[in-house]
Amino acid sequence: MKVNCIFLALLIAFCFTSCRKDPEIFLHEEVPVTHPQFISIQGFYLLNEGNMGQNKSTLDYFDYEEGVYYRNIYGEANPSVPKELGDVGNDLAIYGNKLYAVINCSNKIEVMDAKTAERIGQIDIPNCRYITFYNGFAYVTSYAGPVTIDPDYQQIGYIAKIDTTSLQILDKCLVGLQPDGLAIANGKIYVANSGGYLSPNYENTVSVIDAASFKEIKQIKVAVNLHRVCADKNGNIWVNTRGDYFNTSSKLYCIDSKTDQLTDSINIAVSNFHLDDDRLYIIGVKWNYETMSNEINYGIVDVVSKQIITKKFITDGTDINIKTPYGIIVNPITKDIYVTDVKNYISPGTLYCFDKNGKQKWNVSTGDIPAHIAFIGKYKSNF
Amino acid sequence: MSLKKSAKIRVICVICVLFWHSPYAQLDTTKVYEINEITITFTQQREIIPAQRLSGEELHRLSSHSVADAIRYFSGIQIKDFGGIGGLKTVDIRSMGTNHVGVFYDGIQLGNAQNGQIDLGKFSLDNIEEIALYNGQKSEIFQPAKDFGSAGAIYLQTRRPTFEEAQKFNIRALFRTGSFGLANPSILWEQKITKSLSSSFNAEYIYATGKYKFRYRRVLPDGMVAYDTTAVRQNGDIQAVRLEGGLFGHTQKINWNAKVYFYNSERGIPGAIINNVWKHSQRQWDRNFFTQASLTTPIHRRYELLARFKYANDYMRYLNSDTTLMYIDNNFTQQEIYTCFANKVKVFKSWDISLATDFQWNMLQANLRNFAQPQRYTTLVALATAFDIWRIKTQASILSTFIHDKVAKPTSSHSNNHEFTPAVIFSCKPLKKEEFYINAFYKRAFRMPTFNDLYYTDIGNAALQPEYVTQYNLGLQYAKSLKKGILENLTLKTDAYYNEVTNKIIAIPKGSGQFRWMMMNIGFVKIRGIDAMAQLNWKFPYDIRLQTHINYTYQKAQDFSDPTDNDAVAGTYRGQIAYIPWHNGSFTLQFSYKTYNLNYCFIYVGERYHNSANIRANHEQPWYTHDLSLGKTFCFKKWNFKVSAEINNIFNQQYEVVLNYPMPGTNFRVILKFEI
Repeated sequence: MKVNCIFLALLIAFCFTSCRKDPEIFLHEEVPVTHPQFISIQGFYLLNEGNMGQNKSTLDYFDYEEGVYYRNIYGEANPSVPKELGDVGNDLAIYGNKLYAVINCSNKIEVMDAKTAERIGQIDIPNCRYITFYNGFAYVTSYAGPVTIDPDYQQIGYIAKIDTTSLQILDKCLVGLQPDGLAIANGKIYVANSGGYLSPNYENTVSVIDAASFKEIKQIKVAVNLHRVCADKNGNIWVNTRGDYFNTSSKLYCIDSKTDQLTDSINIAVSNFHLDDDRLYIIGVKWNYETMSNEINYGIVDVVSKQIITKKFITDGTDINIKTPYGIIVNPITKDIYVTDVKNYISPGTLYCFDKNGKQKWNVSTGDIPAHIAFIGKYKSNF
Repeated sequence: MSLKKSAKIRVICVICVLFWHSPYAQLDTTKVYEINEITITFTQQREIIPAQRLSGEELHRLSSHSVADAIRYFSGIQIKDFGGIGGLKTVDIRSMGTNHVGVFYDGIQLGNAQNGQIDLGKFSLDNIEEIALYNGQKSEIFQPAKDFGSAGAIYLQTRRPTFEEAQKFNIRALFRTGSFGLANPSILWEQKITKSLSSSFNAEYIYATGKYKFRYRRVLPDGMVAYDTTAVRQNGDIQAVRLEGGLFGHTQKINWNAKVYFYNSERGIPGAIINNVWKHSQRQWDRNFFTQASLTTPIHRRYELLARFKYANDYMRYLNSDTTLMYIDNNFTQQEIYTCFANKVKVFKSWDISLATDFQWNMLQANLRNFAQPQRYTTLVALATAFDIWRIKTQASILSTFIHDKVAKPTSSHSNNHEFTPAVIFSCKPLKKEEFYINAFYKRAFRMPTFNDLYYTDIGNAALQPEYVTQYNLGLQYAKSLKKGILENLTLKTDAYYNEVTNKIIAIPKGSGQFRWMMMNIGFVKIRGIDAMAQLNWKFPYDIRLQTHINYTYQKAQDFSDPTDNDAVAGTYRGQIAYIPWHNGSFTLQFSYKTYNLNYCFIYVGERYHNSANIRANHEQPWYTHDLSLGKTFCFKKWNFKVSAEINNIFNQQYEVVLNYPMPGTNFRVILKFEI
């Protein structure tokens, strides 16, 4: 009898639960549409490269709230790391709560807490160059491919796929010779192959890798000695060439990621660029063998109309103080433009801040070869 | 050195001097007590400003492995030392730059048209009898035109055979061993062939693993250890063979010598110690060969002739086999032919005129893409005069250099350069009875851009102009020999100088891309300095002798290259140039008692910056080392044995001369010497 009662109670309970749910409230659905955008920025990190062999790559921090520039913060944040940050910092990025510094000649990616710059760990990748992120993975280019016994041996580079939680290298994909910049659009990774070790017979392709299978699916022929890559929100891939420094000059190219065809080229010397909204901010430094000096342009290209808007975004004439512009980034909220000056590469550089109209706001002395900047701030409010 | 031997040498000296019809030479200089085998060299009669010298026993007692180690004891110089036995060591005189230093081996300049630098670490002290350092130029006029060409010069004189009475040959065998896995045997055989002809043969082998412990330690502001790590220097091994043979002849009329030099080495390049990379794998092979001959003859009572010839062939291979980096396997071959004729005419007893004409051909081949394969033809003509009046000696010279470069690549055109560089030297002895001298010189010199500066693929700039140096120097010197008391003699010397380096060749960033450079003539450096030296020789009872030597250098070498880089904190304008300390000096004590000798050396290099931006991030700590050595000589019949033991860097100081190139801590060496 007792058993029957329990059985009956369970049956009734089952009927109630299985037949009809309590109506739930609606939970939100997430659809990635574009790159995350900052709603507030509290500061930025600046990575100084330091000249080769000097072990002088250093990290600086600028705090917007305080208006204070903190020079050389890594040692204090990580006093127990022998020989500090390392030799030749080549790229810097923040993803999630972590700060990633690609230290080229130290053959590692230093992973730090984005808030404190305290070391979390390192990822060993020889001759690592540039980093980007997609769906929880970090992708890093490296010049150091496998060794084959071959009389015409060429050093093929690769791209490494890294789990940003475990910091383990999951996979490698061979690309072209001496791959540099990379960007992701339409589920595909675009890598610029430079062939820098083969001067003057440079490489001239962009490798296209399917992010899901992590296999190279295509090589698009662009121009010699490719360097940096970025993807705009319309799915266009922008690539610059360094040129061969003699006959072929530096230029800007555009690839459509839907068709993987080279669609446009814009005749402007580009040594570094930064994309903000629809504007591609450009620094172009071109050596002129006639005058034996650098010709410098500070350009903006509209990535929708694919036209050069200006070749001189610094409007107050203070650009004459900049000897060798090197790094460029734009604050996505205030639209302030940051340009670094590396001067002669061996002495301390300068960071210049310009407002959106190209008027200088301030400048500050940095470490040697100030080059790469990563903003830290809030992407979305907590709800 | 026994008294007997030195007396004999002094006799030889006098003979030489008479032979040259210059009875006054040397007699009134201050270095009579220094006389030993070296002063026989035939080129010192008119030297009016004495050089800094290290010779004979004094030289070999300075715990030194190479010429570079010994040069540290001179004032006014800086050594760039990358550490270890095989590491590169270059010298910079009075902050004018390595390329302005002429290094002369047995009177003929060692060339490196490729990069203009001589690695003094490659020159063993084994066969070196004397090292002399000249600021400006050697202050004599009867010399090749090349000797007028450098802003500063180091003369390395190898041993010349001298024989005891009735002795037909000398044999000396040496074996050095110690830290760094060093095994370093050498042998010297000198043979008297006839009364006027002798030969010398010298062979040396060096093997070292080059391993040593080094330590990096940093502390927090409160003194707590931040990190403290010790590692072993890797890839610093070296294996080298040196062979040298010479013939030395002298007759009533002619004095000549000829020699052949061969050096072959393989070494690892230890590289910079950087975060996460504590070991490198680059290798370098060097093969240097040269043959040279020199002849001097007094053709007439008033006319003398000097002729020299050299052929050199140098091969260098650099291999980077680390495939994670750019694979490099480069080789470079350089050749040089050099001839010189110098004439001196004695117009009056106190007035000499000389004319020297040199011709030199250099070429560089390399397996680099688009390499220019340059050749350089250099013609030098030097006209010089020496005039003595009262107790004043003067010299003036003008050097005309004509340089023609020829390149295989049509992209760069041929270039010609023609330069005149003067020098004036003055010396006065105001007091008749005191060995007190006032010296002064003015000299202008230049250095040609090297083949690398001009033609190195991509970086080279064929439009480069020469780099100039102007020097002004005022010096005082006092020497005294004392008959009574324990102080035998003393020498005091001080110089104040001002140098300007203009049109300095430096690399500037070029165009887009990383680390692309262009060599440009845009540097400007002003150097103000003081060198001071004191040497005191003591003689105590019981045959105890003591030689003390103190050197001190003050230098303010400011970078005036870029007036716009004048930020109060991080600017380079007016900053002290890289690696030049404000203060440096050395102190040596050399005791001898009967067959024992004990030596103590101290070297101090003050704080420096590794960049003209004199900020904390570029600061380099002072370093100083204490070295001690003890030697004992044994005699058995005609055989001489000597055993010496050295302990260097006694307090195990962990230091760097060049950023990220750690130097060895405490290290040892034992030397066994056998002589007949």
